[in-house]
Amino acid sequence: MWQWFHKLGSPRWFYHLSSKFLPWLALASVVLIVTGVVWGLAFAPQDARQGNSFRIIYIHVPASFLALAGYYVMAAAGAVGMIWKIKLADMVMVAAAPLGAALTFIALFTGAIWGKPTWGTYWIWDARITSMLVLLFLYIGIIALSRSFSTRETSARACAILALVGTVNIPIIYKSVDWWYTLHQPATIKLTGAPSMHPDMFKPLLVMILGFYCFYALVLLLNTRTEILQRERRTTWVKELAAGK
Amino acid sequence: MKPARKQRLLVVVFIVVIASLVVGLLSYALRENINLFYTPSQVAAGQAPGNTQIRVGGMVVVDSLERASDSLDSSFLVSDGAATLRIHYSGILPDLFAEDEAAVATGTLGDDGVFVAQQVLAKHDEEYTPPEVADAMQQAIDNKAKASTAAKGAYE
Repeated sequence: MWQWFHKLGSPRWFYHLSSKFLPWLALASVVLIVTGVVWGLAFAPQDARQGNSFRIIYIHVPASFLALAGYYVMAAAGAVGMIWKIKLADMVMVAAAPLGAALTFIALFTGAIWGKPTWGTYWIWDARITSMLVLLFLYIGIIALSRSFSTRETSARACAILALVGTVNIPIIYKSVDWWYTLHQPATIKLTGAPSMHPDMFKPLLVMILGFYCFYALVLLLNTRTEILQRERRTTWVKELAAGK
Repeated sequence: MKPARKQRLLVVVFIVVIASLVVGLLSYALRENINLFYTPSQVAAGQAPGNTQIRVGGMVVVDSLERASDSLDSSFLVSDGAATLRIHYSGILPDLFAEDEAAVATGTLGDDGVFVAQQVLAKHDEEYTPPEVADAMQQAIDNKAKASTAAKGAYE
């Protein structure tokens, strides 16, 4: 087990192993997202109250899910890098930040578009939306911090500390709609119990969430691979790879 | 686990615990400020400040919405089950604004206990149903109500 753990920590080994997963992840994300989009936008029934405008949920919810889950991926990678001093973990952390920032932005942006026809406003400073904006700033902060140091080790430690402190925000975002009075409605998909959504509407949403998970894994691997090549560019194995041997 | 690693693990745990504690206490201290709106009960208890801009929210009471025929003025009651509050508003109500649905109004509370809103937002719930299913559910509720009144009539 420990041997496997340390072997995975080798960037070279990871680079070669991950290339086997890439086509399958790409295929799964394309199939799932295309199925989910067509199913959700064209075949799922419209909502009795919101009409067709509720369909933005098929982008909004999966993006928000991965924006939150992705933060844990980033923070966990930061913690592993900090404790075991594994360089690969630092690379994963740096690779996860722009991806998470993009997903958070999509969640906020689709939320604003959805808010106008339903609530009557693009933006409101309620607990859910404000804490989500804080998440965006945390991601952007980590991107900025990772580029502000001359040594990789200091940079990795600073980013890991910020990422770990920021984990506090994730349960706050998740529970904000239950703890405080907000304009945002409580969760439709619950950890325990059935979703408060008709199955015909819920199934395409589930497909979209799965598709976004695959897409997240795919982009995280690609970002990490780029980071590996960038950092290991002076090693012989990368030079050989570049020479096409 | 090597002692050095164990120490770094403790540092990680320490960071997360301290950060949670700080943020937890902060948000506990600020809990009233984090709430987006006051409930009608809080307004009735005098907890909401008057003559300054605040938000109130609650369910729009059934059959309480009155619209002026010659202007955009409207008036309705919001309730949280315990207390109700009258809201006056001049403007276009959002599409999803309806009786028996939640709404959040921004405005000022007058000395007469009437809330004058500058903005009214609709708060929808987390349930999504196709129109046919919603119709069928409404039908079932209506039928049940009819049956119970019929049964009552038969006993009397």
